[in-house]
Amino acid sequence: MTTHIEPAAPPVAPPTRVPPVTTRRTARRPRRWVPSPRVVILLFVTVLSAFPLYFMLVMASRPNDDITSVPPPLTPGSELMTNVQRVLENEDVMFQQAVINSLLVSLVATVCVVLFSAMAGFAFAKLRFIGRQPLLAFVLATMMVPVQLGLIPLYMLMSKIHLAGTLPAVTLPFLVTGFGIFMVRQYVIQAVPDELLDAAKMDGASIPRTFLFVVLPLLRPILAVLALLTFMERWNDFLWPFLVLDLEHPTVQVALSRLAGGYYTDQALVMAGTLLGVVPLLIVFILFGRQIVGGIMEGGLKQ
Amino acid sequence: MDHTRPAVRRVRGSRGSTAEQLAGYSFISPFFILFAIFGLFPILFTFWVSLHDWSLLGDRSWTGLANYTELVGDERFWTALVNTLGIFVLATVPQLLMALALAQLLNRRLRGLTFWRMGVLLPNITSVAAVGIIFTLLFARDFGLVNWLLGFVGVENIDWQAHRWSSWLAISVMVDWRWTGYNALIFLAALQAVPKDLYEAASIDGASQFRQFWSVTIPMLRPTIIFVTLISTIGGIQLFTEPLLFNSGTNAISGGNTHQFQTLTMYLYEKAFVGQEFGYASTIAWVMVLVIALVAGINALMLRRIRTAV
Repeated sequence: MTTHIEPAAPPVAPPTRVPPVTTRRTARRPRRWVPSPRVVILLFVTVLSAFPLYFMLVMASRPNDDITSVPPPLTPGSELMTNVQRVLENEDVMFQQAVINSLLVSLVATVCVVLFSAMAGFAFAKLRFIGRQPLLAFVLATMMVPVQLGLIPLYMLMSKIHLAGTLPAVTLPFLVTGFGIFMVRQYVIQAVPDELLDAAKMDGASIPRTFLFVVLPLLRPILAVLALLTFMERWNDFLWPFLVLDLEHPTVQVALSRLAGGYYTDQALVMAGTLLGVVPLLIVFILFGRQIVGGIMEGGLKQ
Repeated sequence: MDHTRPAVRRVRGSRGSTAEQLAGYSFISPFFILFAIFGLFPILFTFWVSLHDWSLLGDRSWTGLANYTELVGDERFWTALVNTLGIFVLATVPQLLMALALAQLLNRRLRGLTFWRMGVLLPNITSVAAVGIIFTLLFARDFGLVNWLLGFVGVENIDWQAHRWSSWLAISVMVDWRWTGYNALIFLAALQAVPKDLYEAASIDGASQFRQFWSVTIPMLRPTIIFVTLISTIGGIQLFTEPLLFNSGTNAISGGNTHQFQTLTMYLYEKAFVGQEFGYASTIAWVMVLVIALVAGINALMLRRIRTAV
């Protein structure tokens, strides 16, 4: 019996997301909406979550004099564009360059993490090689090691290969993560049936070919989630970039700290810069919030 | 016999064909090569550096454990250690309790499920640097929103950076704002995995809501609680950005006039890149690894009691 491979139709439904229950809509509805205590508390928590970001927007849209006024202003002003322009034109901070740098670093790291995690996750789930279990245990253990504390030798290493100060220095150490491998592995176990791989083998496909054309398409949902989480983590990274990057190569977070910590007491400028640094992730979050929430919950459950 | 073999082959067997073995090793090799160079080597080499007097320029001389004995007598180190642990406890305990409560609230039938979940996660997608900058403004002495609000209940303007307790509190608020919702989602995922019939059985036995929470939920959540506590410990002991940005001015790394909120990572950074003493800074790093292991061990011991206490 020969089987043809249909990568477009996964035989097992991707288990990450359960479609929302829609039958509830037809069920009876309370006529008047009275918020329960639970909803009131949740509303309060949500306001608390959002308020500092709203406050940032308020301050970013005010002239600098307003910021030190008492009581503090709580409604947006009209200076947002002026302040944003001042950030973008500030030559010391190089904000535009920082945005480009952050995009570059985050994208390269994301592509690599996704690719390498897919490869290793697939291998750990489906390929039989000697030492697979201990090696997997090692990968898991790396998640618990505070590698950040190796920053002094890492700095020495980067100096030695003449990368200290430059963008590769903040990219190279983050091209692989144990978390990504584990996440993909769990997904492969559920979503890629052995029969499919056997069929591909019988059709004469090599393992790399099978991975590329059969497995990879099936992994799209989990890889998308992994990509989102990785991108956000890289975009927000602070300590190592702050330490290793020179003045000519700031990322957004480093530029922000320079804006806030340096010679400026211009809080409107600082807040406008902070706003600019947060907005790209806010857009990603609004577009893909459901997937990001799902990914974090999945990741936590795996432990 | 022969018929059953293919079915279990892939699950149990550890030996594939040569091609399969080769593919396996090459597929996992990027991780191991990159991790060896940029993860494992630096953390191990840190120990080697810590046994030397090692300057930024690379001049070095063997000193054995001298850095460690110096560290034990270093008042600044103890200050930083106490600060780090103090902020860690002040931030983590309420954070995990709030996260657990929040997860309970979210674990019901709820209109706008995704909206609420995104709502609690929103702080977490905000960068640490942004959090530090925004909250430092909120905690400003003369015109900050927090002091203004406290004024209504008769509290005089607090100079948050000036005292140990107030700076710890402010920094803990930053940490908690960013992480409570994230941990709530992890707890929520675990709550949803608790079998419903456990609760049914408990309520048939006449257990109250509280009793159910204490005797069913908490024990079932134990692995997750251990995991979240461990992650919080690893992150908390390495706290850096919030206290750094909380201290404006040119000498931000010092963590205040009397180092009242300088954390271990800040002290490490100061020694390495301001003082240019790589050896001594590496000693701090290596001791931090030990502190993390120690705190994680204490946590595990304490959490082991959850099951026995019931």
